[in-house]
Amino acid sequence: MINIENLTKIFDTKQGVVTAADHITMQVPEGEICVLLGPSGCGKTTTLKMVNRIVTPTSGRVLINGEDTTQQDTVTLRRNIGYVIQQIGLFPNMTIAENISIVPKLIGWNKKRYTKRASELLEMVGMDPGTFLKRYPNELSGGQQQRIGVIRALAADPPVMLMDEPFGAIDPINREVIQDEFLKLQRLLKKTIMFVSHDIDEAVKMASRIAIFREGKLVQYDTPDDLLSHPKNDFVKGFVGSDRALKRLQLVTVEEVLETETAVVKMNDSLSQALVKMDDAGYERAIILVDDARRPVGYISRSVAQANQGDCSKHYANLRSVVRLEDNLRTVASKMFTHDATWLPCVNSEGILEGCVTQRGITRHLGATYKAVQ
Amino acid sequence: MEIITYVMSNLSLLAQLTLEHIALVVVAVGLACLMGVPIGIAITQNERIARVVLYTASIIITIPSIALFGIMIPVLSVIGHGIGYVPAVIAVLLYSQLPIIRNTYTAINNVSPGLREAARGIGMTSMQRLRLVEIPLSVPIIMAGVRTAVVMNIGVMAIAAYIGAGGLGVLISRGISQSDPRQLIVGAIAVSLLAIVADTLLLALQKRLTPKGLQS
Ligand SMILES: Nc1ncnc2c1ncn2[C@@H]1O[C@H](COP(=O)(O)OP(=O)(O)OP(=O)(O)O)[C@@H](O)[C@H]1O
Ligand SMILES: [Mg+2]
Repeated sequence: MINIENLTKIFDTKQGVVTAADHITMQVPEGEICVLLGPSGCGKTTTLKMVNRIVTPTSGRVLINGEDTTQQDTVTLRRNIGYVIQQIGLFPNMTIAENISIVPKLIGWNKKRYTKRASELLEMVGMDPGTFLKRYPNELSGGQQQRIGVIRALAADPPVMLMDEPFGAIDPINREVIQDEFLKLQRLLKKTIMFVSHDIDEAVKMASRIAIFREGKLVQYDTPDDLLSHPKNDFVKGFVGSDRALKRLQLVTVEEVLETETAVVKMNDSLSQALVKMDDAGYERAIILVDDARRPVGYISRSVAQANQGDCSKHYANLRSVVRLEDNLRTVASKMFTHDATWLPCVNSEGILEGCVTQRGITRHLGATYKAVQ
Repeated sequence: MEIITYVMSNLSLLAQLTLEHIALVVVAVGLACLMGVPIGIAITQNERIARVVLYTASIIITIPSIALFGIMIPVLSVIGHGIGYVPAVIAVLLYSQLPIIRNTYTAINNVSPGLREAARGIGMTSMQRLRLVEIPLSVPIIMAGVRTAVVMNIGVMAIAAYIGAGGLGVLISRGISQSDPRQLIVGAIAVSLLAIVADTLLLALQKRLTPKGLQS
């Protein structure tokens, strides 16, 4: 847990004094990602660097797991905090193996242990140790370098990580990939992370909490959902964007809005049975057809059931799309628009039907949190 | 033709003088590195001191070598070394300071702030930063300074023959005093060749010492 209390930094410059951070007070609970977000020059980096004392605070203090950082030797403090700088900062004179092993070496691990650790970390980010250990940073792509920057910070398994726009230098597509990778890692590692970003979408995706900065002041510190649904003032509103309702979609998974009591028909049910079931369940247009293992096969539309006779197995239409439990609602909404659907069946990892997501369900879920406070 | 015969008949003298010359330059520039590199690193800590040191070193390098030897004669006579080996080495040592200090200073200062911050943020002490990052990255530029010093001082050392330090300058000075163009020309060519060969070898060494990740 990181405890920041009244942290202030005043720079004395030739043009006068600059208050880069102004009485910042915030807490980052154990195992959470806190994203510092705000326009350029608002003090995000300065605040971050005061945590590992690269920048010395003018006043205020930082406690890590209850311990005042001023009481610790700065070198020891920094070796216990993973640090990813914005410029990546891989040492060009060292191989990838040497870059990754640097902190373990400094703290006295033996060769066998840090060599093994380097391979293990490379594998964790999907890079082949055989290929990459011996290379030099200038032989890697930007995205690969950024991955190495992140795993170098993870090498000695520090409980706390500071990351300054760690994925800033990558194109949008690769950025998404590396963000997903990192989130997957974080679910295992549960580090306490402070993460600087200027990208609201990245913040919403990565953060457990978002801290919005403006001119050195902390304006709002909330969970992404609270921030998007209840921006504190016009500045925050402007910063999160007018599409904030849509942004919230990616915070919710299918599982949370799933309607599990879904009526279905089987292959050898007749079309008239299908009609009855649709009426019972109140479905206006169609009903899902499943096989014996309850895997969705297709759907029977009301018009087809009314116009024909016989078994469902002869008259079904193919499903246009299915979603999975762990998909977020942004993906779902996108599929709904693509296929002009008002509902989509949802399957689990075995492909078995778990229920349906409906447009009405999504709207209701998003609306509920808006109303809760109003 | 005359020159070739002179060379052929004086091969062993020529070899001896060349070795003397090399030994003088190697010892003097070697000492200069031991002195200049740490000074170059130290002055990165304070810009004002850096300016004073670099300014002093540039003034020293403008003193003509003959004048420098002249100044040293009375001073070093006190310890009985007014002429010979000692003043020659000291002169080269002084002349080498500017290229070595300046290149070391520039190289260390040019290590990108991002790398320096990464090294600090990772928890390296300032000595570890120097040893693991700043010096390895500076090697090519420091070596370029050493090369300049060596080439320049092979010339300076030729003049040191006048104060009895030996080396290829002996041929030149004898050639002048005996009005013997053969010795004069052989001496001059030998000094030039030595400078060219030294520069080539040091360039190869510089490439060897450059960290692999910096070669492109
Ligand atoms: N070393 C310094 N000396 C003087 N002023 C500084 C220094 N570092 C930062 N500042 C000033 O402090 C303010 C905050 O800077 P900071 O780097 O924290 O901004 P930031 O939020 O990280 O911005 P960006 O998104 O552009 O990285 C800026 O006005 C900046 O000019
Ligand atoms: Mg910044």
